[in-house]
Amino acid sequence: MAASSVSSGSETERQQQELEDTVLLLFSAFASASSQNTSLLLELWREEHVQYLKRAFRGLGTSYSVLDSSRPWLCYWIMHSLAMLNQPLGPGMDRRTIDFLSRCQDPNGGYGGGPGQIAHLATTYAAVNTLVTIGGEKALASIDRNEVLRFLIRMKQPNGGFSMHDGGEVDVRGCYTAISVAHMLDIMVPEIVDKVADYILSCQTYEGGIGGEPNAEAHGGYTFCGLSALALINKVNTIKLPNLLNWIVFCQGKVEGGFRGRTNKLVDGCYSFWQGGVFSILQHIMPELNRQQLASITPLYEAWNQDVASSSASSSKVTLEGSSEVSPTSRESVEERTAAGIPADAEPRATDGTTTDHQPTGTSPMYTHREDNRRGSISELVTAEQLFPVVDRNIKRAPISVTFEELEDQVSETSKEAKDGAGNTNQAQLSTVDQILNENEQMLYGPLYNAHALQGYILLCCQVLDGGLRDKPGKSPDYYHTCYCLSGLSQAQSSASHRVNAPPPPKAVLGPYTNLLEPVHPLCNVVLSKYTDAIRYFRHHPFRRVP
Amino acid sequence: MAAAVVAEGVEAGLDFDWSDVEPVPQNDGPRPVVPIAYTDDFREAMDRFRAILAKDERSPRALKLTGDVIALNPANYTVWHFRRLVLEALSSNLLEELEFVNANAEGNHKNYQIWHHRRWVVQKLGKDAVYQELEFTEGALADDPKNYHAWSHRQWLLQELDDWSWELDYCSTLLKIDSANNSAWNQRFFVITKCPSLGGLHQMRDSEVRYCTDAIKQVPANESSWRYLKGLFLDDQSALVKDPLVSETCISEIVKDSYNVPALGFLLDLVSAGFQPTAEQSEMLQKILPTWVTPSELASALCTLLETVDPIRCQYWAWRRSLLPLAVTVSET
Repeated sequence: MAASSVSSGSETERQQQELEDTVLLLFSAFASASSQNTSLLLELWREEHVQYLKRAFRGLGTSYSVLDSSRPWLCYWIMHSLAMLNQPLGPGMDRRTIDFLSRCQDPNGGYGGGPGQIAHLATTYAAVNTLVTIGGEKALASIDRNEVLRFLIRMKQPNGGFSMHDGGEVDVRGCYTAISVAHMLDIMVPEIVDKVADYILSCQTYEGGIGGEPNAEAHGGYTFCGLSALALINKVNTIKLPNLLNWIVFCQGKVEGGFRGRTNKLVDGCYSFWQGGVFSILQHIMPELNRQQLASITPLYEAWNQDVASSSASSSKVTLEGSSEVSPTSRESVEERTAAGIPADAEPRATDGTTTDHQPTGTSPMYTHREDNRRGSISELVTAEQLFPVVDRNIKRAPISVTFEELEDQVSETSKEAKDGAGNTNQAQLSTVDQILNENEQMLYGPLYNAHALQGYILLCCQVLDGGLRDKPGKSPDYYHTCYCLSGLSQAQSSASHRVNAPPPPKAVLGPYTNLLEPVHPLCNVVLSKYTDAIRYFRHHPFRRVP
Repeated sequence: MAAAVVAEGVEAGLDFDWSDVEPVPQNDGPRPVVPIAYTDDFREAMDRFRAILAKDERSPRALKLTGDVIALNPANYTVWHFRRLVLEALSSNLLEELEFVNANAEGNHKNYQIWHHRRWVVQKLGKDAVYQELEFTEGALADDPKNYHAWSHRQWLLQELDDWSWELDYCSTLLKIDSANNSAWNQRFFVITKCPSLGGLHQMRDSEVRYCTDAIKQVPANESSWRYLKGLFLDDQSALVKDPLVSETCISEIVKDSYNVPALGFLLDLVSAGFQPTAEQSEMLQKILPTWVTPSELASALCTLLETVDPIRCQYWAWRRSLLPLAVTVSET
């Protein structure tokens, strides 16, 4: 049962074993609980988390002095968490927050980590997201967009990246926070966008994920930042998406269900959002992902076409659906390649429930052997992939057929306005951002990861009974992990929705349906309704650039 | 943060006369949110710092004060930024500055500001400081061999030098201790692609394939080494397909353990890139996989097997399978 029988004994292996042992015990206790207790154990402890969050807003202990330069972050982590839980702090606290954040504005533009501190891109992002989460005229009008823009442009580097502050470090966080802020405030001028994609591309590693700066190791946080920034400037086609996907799918721990931030590191609750969020973005850009994947397996299509030609079976050729959505430049070649392909829908359905019977239990990915069953029998110890098996592995969904009248009803105010507004500043073609904003957009693909297993990790391993969420069992909760565990949970729940802002089917929400959190915007990570309100506000208040 | 450093720093600050400086309290407003219960020392130092910052006083006592504040909160980037301005104004001894940073490094290995400051100091000092600084990163990596900042800093340092091919040995040493240290693999990739004296990826490929396949044989399901092997052929898929050592290693590991997910995934990538197994290899694989005729059918069989042995990623493998060119039943058309 113990890890002592493992031959290797490397530090990576030892730590992984230790965590797996802890998680396996938790999952096994859960698996052996009565059905009544099972539902209780999978409950999101809303009230406890709300109390934990509200407490902090009123005051923090001395140990938080090390976060004295991150106070807008504290505001965001707490406000955003409460917004997802649909438990706003109320108008009084909103007013106080607006007042406090206005004191964090740097006279030279942007927001600092506290009153009197120089502006920093990360705290500017946190402050803007907090104010968007509060919403309303007073909060949104408190942001000096001209000064923020001036700050963003001052941080811009010749290589396309951004410095985090005057004389600060340059990394992919800078790209994301600058671009997200510019997007939300509708101040995306060409100087900001210039060469950002080049910089992010230079940070994609041989593993497929994105590192903090060129040559650095692929990392979950930077991968979210990089891909999200590319989506916000409509340039996801410039990065190697199949490589990115191949890296990130392996970051989900099969024993734990949670995500690790780097290859062969331990899972951590915060990557529920940073990595899980990448899957949410990928769900919106599946046509581009499919196009790139098809291009990467060209030899198979060449071999196939030769084969087909020789047997003159051209009558059975079917066009792959995705090929109708490819960019005009490559349409022809991809269509040619996919001419003999079949729609993803037409593939034979995999049978369910036959996948785990001869799986080794609880072995780390490194030493996977059938006979290696050192931790006891399958009936005793249960892994995330056994507890939360994927029910429908076919990610391509059939389009929902709706009547014209139904469709009319569903076209919300927001999406109409978004389209009107888009005419002013953006190109006519529907960008990734506008697709996400368009609440009526059907989600034709499900998630490419096990969203139930992730929810299982968050609910069973990251919740703390006294309130708050954490990195992993044995760690203390904090506001950062609470925010990103909940953000990841929200994304995992809504990954099964068939429309952007429609509630997911009950089976998509692990535990009682009351666990359902407010949906969040997959690129900016604010509650979706707050995002659309803010976008509407800023588009109705056109930005006039002061030179 | 060591308590001793804080106490020492704050006490040392008292050596200077501050009677002429009017403390500037934090402009938190009447009812601040997320207020922090500062200690008196913390508040006093910050009030004084705000006053000095407002006056833009770049003096020895200002330098001392920034040190005190950093000891209290090393994440205060405003203080670090101002400290650099003071150091420049005073033309301070930057070797001493490195010692100051070292004293504050303890327990702060994940702090962006400290590492950024180190880079700034070494940039000013020039190449002489690089070797000493490389040693420092080795110390940090001995504590935590996957420290992201330490690796980034080290990469930046190496690029300041002309020849650093010995870094390959450093990677080998770390990988010998822990072959699952993905940061060391990443560093290795950096060395073989970016170190000028090694001639680049093309020049290094054969020897690296040997090194990596050896590592795979020792720990067959180590995701890091399989990723590295694929990385060696990042821009040359035809070379990947043609390299016999690569395909032989991959297939022999699958034959040894048909549950080796990284190896199965690697073979899927190989086949997708145009690899076709020899008759002998096909025979070995037939024992594990159902019969196939075309490469697409082999790819499909691999996806199906992966869906079974790697159920947490079954949607991914199903997606891979869904994009393969496969026969369609005629009744559909």
